Amino acid sequence: MQISQTARTPLRTTLARYAPRSTAFKPPAPTALQLITLLIVALVSLPIGYLVIRAAGAGEAGLAYLLDGRTLKVISNSLLLTGAVVAAAALIGVPFAWLTARTDLPFRRFWLVAGLLTMVIPSYIGAMMYIAAFGPRGLLQSLLEPFGVQSLPSIYGFWGAWLSITLFTYPYVVLPVRAALLNMDPALDESARSLGMNRWKVFWRVTLPQLRPAMATGMLLTALYTLSDFGAVALMRYDAFTRVIYLQYTSSFDRNRAAILSLVLVAITLALLVMERLAARKRHNYRIGVGCQRTLQPVALGRWRIPALAFCGTLVTVGVLAPVGVLAYWLARGAGEITMDLLHPALNTVGASGLTALVVGVVALPPALLSARASSRLNRWLVQLAYLGNVLPGLVVALALVYFAANYLPNVYQTLPILILGYSTRFLPLSIGSTSSALTQINPRLEEVGRSMGLNSFQIARRIVAPLARAGILAGMALVFLSVMKELPTTLLLSPTGFVTLPTEIWTAHNQVQMSRLGAPSLVLIAVSALSLFIMLRQEKHD
Amino acid sequence: MQLKRIARAASCALMLATAALPLAAQNANEIVPVPLSGETLTVYSGRTESLIAPILEQFTAETGVQVEVRYGNTAEMAAVILEEGDNSPADVFIAQDAGALGALAQENRLSPLPSDILERVPAAYRSDDGLWVGLSGRARVFVYNTEALSEEELPTSILDLTDPQWAGRVGWAPTNASFQSHVTGLRLLLGDDATREWLEGMVANGTIPYDNNRAIVQAVIDGEIDLGLVNHYYLYGFLADDPDVPAANYYLPGGDPGALINVAGAGVVNTSDQPGLAQRLILYLLGQNAQTYFAENTYEYPLVPGVEPSFQLIPLDELEVPDLDLSDLSDLQTTLDMLSETGALP
Repeated sequence: MQISQTARTPLRTTLARYAPRSTAFKPPAPTALQLITLLIVALVSLPIGYLVIRAAGAGEAGLAYLLDGRTLKVISNSLLLTGAVVAAAALIGVPFAWLTARTDLPFRRFWLVAGLLTMVIPSYIGAMMYIAAFGPRGLLQSLLEPFGVQSLPSIYGFWGAWLSITLFTYPYVVLPVRAALLNMDPALDESARSLGMNRWKVFWRVTLPQLRPAMATGMLLTALYTLSDFGAVALMRYDAFTRVIYLQYTSSFDRNRAAILSLVLVAITLALLVMERLAARKRHNYRIGVGCQRTLQPVALGRWRIPALAFCGTLVTVGVLAPVGVLAYWLARGAGEITMDLLHPALNTVGASGLTALVVGVVALPPALLSARASSRLNRWLVQLAYLGNVLPGLVVALALVYFAANYLPNVYQTLPILILGYSTRFLPLSIGSTSSALTQINPRLEEVGRSMGLNSFQIARRIVAPLARAGILAGMALVFLSVMKELPTTLLLSPTGFVTLPTEIWTAHNQVQMSRLGAPSLVLIAVSALSLFIMLRQEKHD
Repeated sequence: MQLKRIARAASCALMLATAALPLAAQNANEIVPVPLSGETLTVYSGRTESLIAPILEQFTAETGVQVEVRYGNTAEMAAVILEEGDNSPADVFIAQDAGALGALAQENRLSPLPSDILERVPAAYRSDDGLWVGLSGRARVFVYNTEALSEEELPTSILDLTDPQWAGRVGWAPTNASFQSHVTGLRLLLGDDATREWLEGMVANGTIPYDNNRAIVQAVIDGEIDLGLVNHYYLYGFLADDPDVPAANYYLPGGDPGALINVAGAGVVNTSDQPGLAQRLILYLLGQNAQTYFAENTYEYPLVPGVEPSFQLIPLDELEVPDLDLSDLSDLQTTLDMLSETGALP
């Protein structure tokens, strides 16, 4: 007995020595990472927690308000708008992605870039432009006036909100669907063709089912955006959640109602995510067995080329040319008439966005490391919680922070740090996602090599991990920068007194019906957005 | 490779360089001479920036006291002060109407003003308890499109607007403090039930909601609507730019509840740690300079005797208005609930 035991022990050690190690780079102290992440989660969720307390404080009156017909109307309005936008975005996005990815459409690259450009136009600027162009006594109507057109159907309400949000969100569908189309195995299409299906049947029964996961991702993003968008529904006077919450907040003494509505909105958003997860479980779309994909052959459009061009042309005209055209017209009309200070709003905007990008870039590291390197059930939960900002509309975050800071943080209330905290809560997930995917792509063997050469954890982090993950981290930060710059509701509610940014300038100018003051800040905002998007895409290409 | 490095370095540098900016730029948009005292007042203003900012800048220029202004909806700013409680950074609250000031006074959030401030304006335009004072007067009027309507076709009472002939032709601003105060006035004059009935009738008639008075006047000029419920002075801003705009004000006759006079006013927030300086600002706003500004630049009624209103205006004492004490307009909460219940506010 004794002999066998002693004999077994060295054997086990020997085996262990040769067993592959699952993670080479153990974070210095996982518990420290967990603690930091926990702290971040606490910081992100505290104000929301306070919102719950606040809503609960409304008691029976709150419950009555929750079940009131008007609240139900708001819920149905929001759901209706979300459904319509998602459907329209899919109907535009999928064909557009297919045309630009898989066909011989002339100037494909141009259409793609022009079509995606709508992403840099904030929805509130878009909505303002549509009101100016298609609204009562707007530009279109004045063009049609010589032909006896006295009035156009009203742009306000559902259709205006639907139009502006759809046109500025369909790229969320285009991007994943396009990626899926480019990665698709052509053998499936070819097999279907060889089995006697025509082009349409192949598209419906082979291509489309494979696109479902990508479409689901895009449609989920669109739905989340629609629920959280504030500018477009407010300007189009459509009583969706964000507009009603904002009106309750700005024109009522009863602050609890805004809190209650905010929580209902968060609940609906969460339900949407859960539904998507459940649906995603049933999907299997991968290639079984080894094989080599051939390059895709572009589909010849033939006589469909003209309608296809007309489709892309209309999209780009309505989505990009029309808004930018109206802006340029206002700029020209306002030039010389009103002198305005653009420099400070621009510096404030870029400054606050840059600061947030830096903060978020650093703060995202612990949760990203945790998510990439040390997976356990607890860690996964922690990381999921850090993603909370994803489902919190900017207006809700801002509202929660106003309440929370006014009552408990008087020293930082109405200061830049609170504004940055608001932005960070909202956009932290963008950075965590990008950073953790960069970290997972680093081969742990490289770190092992470093360790075997005598580097300590800090040196490994600095000399091996940081250079390799840098591109991903920077991409995440750039995305945050871009998002913060366009952000409206958080900026409106949380800006320090006297802190003017481009979005607040635009909002104020519109509120005071000073359209000639709108052109310049809007164009500057769009130009800076486009520039940072351009830098981002360039980076992506080089990396 | 080289390009990529440069692009990266540039974007890094951009982020770093810009990060420090907001701290520097925060106060930079106020043009200020060397401040004499180095003191700063925080003002919460329910009045629009374009109307009040110029005179606050003059105050700074003359006294060296910096003024930091937070702009917002009047009810919003009042609610923010209530929410902030003891932590409120606000020294002075400037409101668009007497109602919000009254509501704050009722919650004991304003400190009493000295009599030398109060007595500058007639008793009708200040708080009975001396907690707030009116700065400028405004009349509630109809603004109408002169191409769509002649004066004879206009209704003689605000209550007539629920008539089907006005369906979809009228605009109002339910989120606006002046409008809300007017509804409080209607409640006092007509009673809650009649006011509720009127609001319901207006909503049923498809009255179009706008964000503020300015947007209503613009919509009337554009012919988007034929008639709007506004304060009198917004029109004159448009007329100053273009004397030919097809819009005119209509003062309801015979003391109709639609013809209310209200004030924009100010009070010192009771948690202010510099009430003296706060009072100094209010005193300045009641001075010759500021009152003339209100008369000539915003076309409001100056409230300090001796300063004449703009020649375009019917003098304040010639207006036929119902008898109402502005201090009684403080029950804003009930008005807001009613607006919400009738669907005027979502």
